[in-house]
Amino acid sequence: MNISLVLQMAADTFPDRVALTHNGVHYTYGQIHAAAMAAAAQIVNSGADYVSFLGESSPATVIALFGAAMAGRPFAPLNYRLTVPETNRLIERLAPVYLIADADKVPTVPQGAAKVLLSGDEFLAAVASGGPAEWDVPQDEEGVAVQLFTSGTTGEPKAALLRHQNLLGYVLGTVEFAAAEEDEATLVSVPPYHIAGISAILSSIYAMRRIVQLPQFSPAEWLAQCSAQQVTNAFVVPTMLSRIIDHIDETGGHPDLGALRALAFGGGKMPLPVVERALTLFPHVAFANAYGLTETSSTIALLGPEDHREAHGNPDPLIARRLDSVGKPLPTVEVEIRDEDGKRLGPDQMGEVFVRGPQVSGEYQGRKLTDDDGWFPTRDAGFLDKDGFLFLAGRIDDVIVRGGENISPGEVEKVLREHDAIQDVAVIGVPSIEWGETLAAAVVCKPEAAVTIDELKDIVRRQLRSSRVPEHVRFIDALPYNEMGKLLRRNLKAFFA
Amino acid sequence: MQIKAGTKLHSTVCDTDVMVIKGSGDVALTCGGQEMAAARSAPAAELDPALASGTAMGKRYQNADGSVELLCIKPGKGTLAVDGVPLEIKAAKALPSSD
Repeated sequence: MNISLVLQMAADTFPDRVALTHNGVHYTYGQIHAAAMAAAAQIVNSGADYVSFLGESSPATVIALFGAAMAGRPFAPLNYRLTVPETNRLIERLAPVYLIADADKVPTVPQGAAKVLLSGDEFLAAVASGGPAEWDVPQDEEGVAVQLFTSGTTGEPKAALLRHQNLLGYVLGTVEFAAAEEDEATLVSVPPYHIAGISAILSSIYAMRRIVQLPQFSPAEWLAQCSAQQVTNAFVVPTMLSRIIDHIDETGGHPDLGALRALAFGGGKMPLPVVERALTLFPHVAFANAYGLTETSSTIALLGPEDHREAHGNPDPLIARRLDSVGKPLPTVEVEIRDEDGKRLGPDQMGEVFVRGPQVSGEYQGRKLTDDDGWFPTRDAGFLDKDGFLFLAGRIDDVIVRGGENISPGEVEKVLREHDAIQDVAVIGVPSIEWGETLAAAVVCKPEAAVTIDELKDIVRRQLRSSRVPEHVRFIDALPYNEMGKLLRRNLKAFFA
Repeated sequence: MQIKAGTKLHSTVCDTDVMVIKGSGDVALTCGGQEMAAARSAPAAELDPALASGTAMGKRYQNADGSVELLCIKPGKGTLAVDGVPLEIKAAKALPSSD
């Protein structure tokens, strides 16, 4: 198996159809396939063991991903927001490496660190001149297609391995070949070093839905591209959707989203008020909330458009609350909730989310985390309701143990977030002599809104119980998020220290 | 012939190529009435007109009990069959795009 099959099939079927638009320039499936073959030949000749990409989304990303696959080398994109020393340590781990970097990054790579070092434009020029007419694609069953470095908030970044069979399992299991109409276009604004950036390329090419790349997200540019490129589909992380809605509210504009049919979001917890606002603001759009992890080759559960509309404003609280779920597991994966002893739990019982299926890799370089039966512990806490909807309650590692009682930050945050004066909130555990750990809340107020600490404590006491009341409450200007909208809880610990 | 997930097979009577999505072990897999081959070769036999319903790019084909599933990665004119029983197109699951 090899992920290049996805591109091969698209190029065989409609070679002249536009696959990708970048800065207004179009590339067809046939052109990308030919360029990927040329890249594969150069990669093999270079003697490199890895292909790496240090830069923003561009046509070079797509060609390098498939070129690496055809050459039988793992594609290991790097986060271009890392510092130079952090980046260079990762480049060392990939040696000997064929490295494509944004032009401004090229001078930061130490001489000799890469076997081949090309800027994106140099790479595109090198593969545009043509390569072999045919290419014998390696079919190594255990081959690694993509290697993604974790954000490394705890020590050196870990290298998550996604094999050809995992990624192909995901795409073939969830996407219908060439199902997109010729006028469909998807706006990709997630970076290439993120699993959502990889799955967007693979899924869109297999569906034959034109990719429009937005290398640097801003709400104004996102809306402008939607209009200019008549975008029909898009994927955003929660902070992006929040910012898009804020931008629309602030500018009082009526953006041209007439072509937009489907908006998917994932990559973190979407605050309920944002979803509700989006549903009202874009009544014609089909919403999908996707839950997935790097180690699962992207989406494993999905709250679809009908589920969103059915839940929105439903008088039945059990249906209404589904808006806060991540939907049902994909038909191609199994999900189980287990307790600390590994015992399988029933409906509505909170535990750790385990997942199994062809797309699940659950593997880091040198360490496989799946058990003998293929189950991967996600380290996410959650439960399944009786109808099979999956509800998440944060990372297991973020659970606060107060006097022997397990408290999920999510349940307290949810109650506080419902207060009109609160824009954002995070609850963490801080050391306590009396309880071992106790709750601390960092609260961001809306502009010109005011609320007292006692008032907030009182809300939690009334809606939950006294053990859930944060002992410490502090106001803060903004919570620390990384560029993908992931809350950096560790940074907050320092705030309360 | 021996198959497993990921095996690529070629028709000996038409252009059809398939990849095995599901199935393992010794399976009597034919296209247009002739056994499929692991290596591509020039058409070795005439296509039986009675077994020429054709294959469509990107469609999945499966047998009645779902133990064998193939993905058409190159279309052709022959009919895919296991143990002489033609395979059916597997209905597409309509999942919303999530990326």
